[in-house]
Amino acid sequence: MEFTAPVLNYAQLAPMLIVLGGALIGVLIEAFAPRASRHSSQLFVTVAALVSAFAALMQVRNQSSPSAAMGSVAFDGAGVLLQASILIIALLSVFLIADQENFTALAAAVPGSSEERESLQLDLRVTEVYPLTLFSVAGMMLFPLSSDLITLFVALEVLSLPLYLMAGLSRRRRLMSQEAALKYFLLGAFSSAFFLFGAAYLYGYSGSLTFAGIQASVVGGAGNDVFLLLGIAFISVGLLFKVGAVPFHAWSPDVYQGAPTAITGFMAAATKVAAFGAILRIFYVSFANAQWQWQPALVVIAIITMVFGSVVAITQRDVKRMLAYSSIAHAGFLLAGVIALSKSGLDATIFYLFAYGVATVGAFGVVTLIRDSAGEVTDLNRWSGLGKRSPLVASVFAFFLLAFAGIPLTSGFIGKFSIFSAAYESGSTAILIAGVLSSAIAAFFYIRVIVLMFFKDPVEDGTSVVIPSALTTTTIAVSSVITVVLGVFPAPLINFIESTAFFIR
Amino acid sequence: MNALTSMMLLPLLGSLLIAVIPTDQTLRIKQAALATTLLVALSGVLAWLKFDSANTSFQFVQVAEWIPSFGINYSVGVDGLSIVLILMSVLLAPIVVLAGWNESEGGRWSAKVFYILILVLETMMIGVFAATDVFLFYVIFEAMLIPVYFLIGGYGTGERAAAAVKFLLYSLFGGLLMLASIIGLYVISGANGGHTFDITKLSEMHNYMSPTTQNLLFLGFFIAFAIKAPVWPLHTWLPDAAASATPGTSVLLLGVLDKVGTFGMIRFCLTLFPDASKTFTPVILVLAVISILYGAFLAIGARDIKRLIAYTSISHFGFITMGIFAMTTQSHSGATLYMFNHAFSTAALFLVAGWMISRRGSSTIADFGGLQRVTPVMAWSFFIAGMSSLALPGLSSFVSEFLVLVGTYTRYPVAAVIATFGIVLAALYILIPVQKALHGPTTPGNENLPDLNLREKIAIAPVIAVIVALGFYPAPLLNVINPASAHVLEVQGFTDPVPSESAGK
Repeated sequence: MEFTAPVLNYAQLAPMLIVLGGALIGVLIEAFAPRASRHSSQLFVTVAALVSAFAALMQVRNQSSPSAAMGSVAFDGAGVLLQASILIIALLSVFLIADQENFTALAAAVPGSSEERESLQLDLRVTEVYPLTLFSVAGMMLFPLSSDLITLFVALEVLSLPLYLMAGLSRRRRLMSQEAALKYFLLGAFSSAFFLFGAAYLYGYSGSLTFAGIQASVVGGAGNDVFLLLGIAFISVGLLFKVGAVPFHAWSPDVYQGAPTAITGFMAAATKVAAFGAILRIFYVSFANAQWQWQPALVVIAIITMVFGSVVAITQRDVKRMLAYSSIAHAGFLLAGVIALSKSGLDATIFYLFAYGVATVGAFGVVTLIRDSAGEVTDLNRWSGLGKRSPLVASVFAFFLLAFAGIPLTSGFIGKFSIFSAAYESGSTAILIAGVLSSAIAAFFYIRVIVLMFFKDPVEDGTSVVIPSALTTTTIAVSSVITVVLGVFPAPLINFIESTAFFIR
Repeated sequence: MNALTSMMLLPLLGSLLIAVIPTDQTLRIKQAALATTLLVALSGVLAWLKFDSANTSFQFVQVAEWIPSFGINYSVGVDGLSIVLILMSVLLAPIVVLAGWNESEGGRWSAKVFYILILVLETMMIGVFAATDVFLFYVIFEAMLIPVYFLIGGYGTGERAAAAVKFLLYSLFGGLLMLASIIGLYVISGANGGHTFDITKLSEMHNYMSPTTQNLLFLGFFIAFAIKAPVWPLHTWLPDAAASATPGTSVLLLGVLDKVGTFGMIRFCLTLFPDASKTFTPVILVLAVISILYGAFLAIGARDIKRLIAYTSISHFGFITMGIFAMTTQSHSGATLYMFNHAFSTAALFLVAGWMISRRGSSTIADFGGLQRVTPVMAWSFFIAGMSSLALPGLSSFVSEFLVLVGTYTRYPVAAVIATFGIVLAALYILIPVQKALHGPTTPGNENLPDLNLREKIAIAPVIAVIVALGFYPAPLLNVINPASAHVLEVQGFTDPVPSESAGK
């Protein structure tokens, strides 16, 4: 048997390699650096890795190649945009993670044990969260670039496994946090199985694992269509699970609520970018010519997702759960861009992902600030009168909510407009109508929170707004500035996306 | 610099100025707000003087690219219709500031926030009438809800939070329907000559629409405007909002913001969808006539003076809507003049009512009585405002109401005849409160009410002057309005009915 040495395009892989390298250095720091210096060195390594990965990415932003790594990784404009979004969101999230108040002192200690008390007394820090974040980011960056099913699966696992752990790191209500982590892990494993099952069918259909090979079979139309349909269906289950589309959403409210808030923000924003990036690639590249088979099903899922997310969010009393359901609704809106299956749909989805991701990190950043003596307060009733206590924090949060609701002059509006117009342009009137109606429903619960914060009197129960650390302030400030700028002057980014975003086949 | 753009920038600069004045220097803040609004009014008058009424195309045009990939421009310009409404808005603003000098005191937040909101709102009021790009119009149309929402919810009285939310949700719902229609227009324009939001180019798109499409898109716009205007049965938010808001906010709400609805019917419904407008005319006329009568009946039964004024406005908006959809040049000119006049007579009613309420501490009509002896100036101001509201010949509203009825009669005699009963009812709903509150024996508790002070006299004098002057000599306005109305109808092929000789036989 002849052995061919792999040909790798290191320049194009560099961003991912840098992040992975940073993660490995992080592991070494955990093993060898003295405890006292770990936090600052980990933070430094993480930020440095993300920043230099971003710089490396910008170096190669105009390149493209269908085989950056032997046909397993496709490097193209859409990939660059998605990776850049992930890196920016990750950087903003790391600043939130750096505020370690919300993390358990020792993840391995059993809740309520003497070991746990001791770790709290010693004021230990879970610095392993940094390399975990970097591993997850590396997986997320590979996910939308994968161009064969095996790489896609590897990326899926690389991004997911650290997240399962990170979800269980909450300092308070640890049992709930651990339950969330377990739930996420079990359901995630289940969906991975579906994914693999689908991959097997697609292999059976086309005799190939690469996206290009599957596409060739779809265009040729020689294979057994039942296998294709089953393959698309099962692969979709795996991917839709990650974005939290109905009916594969059951994990998300619990995990959003149980995970440490900084992790929730990271997960909600970055996972969505990565997973939608992968969905876009596989549907736009491999399945594009089979659109009559999958589009109707996806339309139904998108509509159910928007409506369900919006309606159920109304009844939520916990801010993190409310944001979870709102993110389900947004997953539905994003699916509209996938269904559009057009250049404008692709541009709109990428813009929406970035805008939504940034606003999400910012919103969760604000959530970390509302605390009482026992930690974060997520019960919405206790948020009443926040506008009186801290007008600035309440205004910023209200602004993020308006962005989620898609009010003009916020990035959310431009995103919504572009994604719905792309969907309608491709003929999905139903999506447009359902989207508009569920936006109206969604506006209701966003506004309810604003009413609560500004028009209700504060309850005196020890809830207070902590002075944010410099890093948290940076995240919230940068997120809100991006949200305004993308709402008022979106043209530069839209032009950039328009000229850059394409999938190489 | 462009006259309209600078007029929009002025209030924004004023609000920035106010933002840097320390919060406790309330007087300075008020002076700054008054100076700004006066300056804007002055520049509005200058623009009015420079406006060439013989020229029916847009004037003071400025076009700048905003989001080129979607064909969105920042483009402003005025024709006879919008210059009248802009003049109306900028004249009302200083009056509202001066008349409501102490309005901000009962609020949740400082006077600073109040005047910043008012000035930001003024920018948007000018922008919404000046926009000649449908997208820009929509952005301002939606964004202006936010300052009004906080003005009602933060500074109003009674159930202010609930009223503010009701206002916002109604408006957002309408706005989202309009967004769906705008996306529809965008897609149709994309398929026929490239994406654009330019009102002039879009006014040709109806040639490319199927009747069904045109009807649906029309409805999206019309429902949004009918909620704004408000037309029965979408009016239920208005009485609550007007009763809860401060008098000054109510003046802006009823006088200016609701005019955006009727303005939009002319500018967008009629211009963009001429065939659908014809199709729906019978239905809309029925709704308009119901509004006229229903609003009048509610007003007759009203016990609260603010609600009474709100109900009379529903009746008046019925007249305006009827005039618009009768589609004769006379009814159109009448409707536009009516918008201007209604703003001033409602302003007078609301401001005087506000002073009565703040003196008496009650808004129930029955609590007043014999004010004519105690506070003659206040009573006479209310009387004149009331007479203008019932369209007494010699006062401004008479001219416009007459034009609307005459113009409607030539095409839809039945509607005009039924609407005429509205005038009879108007006499009732105005004369009953006039009799109860101003005449008769002085109700105990009213003996020592102070009359209007100098500031209040200065505020109300120009309003009454406009009402009287335009009643005798409406030509300055009509000279601008008439060519514009004729142009709007002519462009889309609406013709006046030819007077038939047989009618006289």
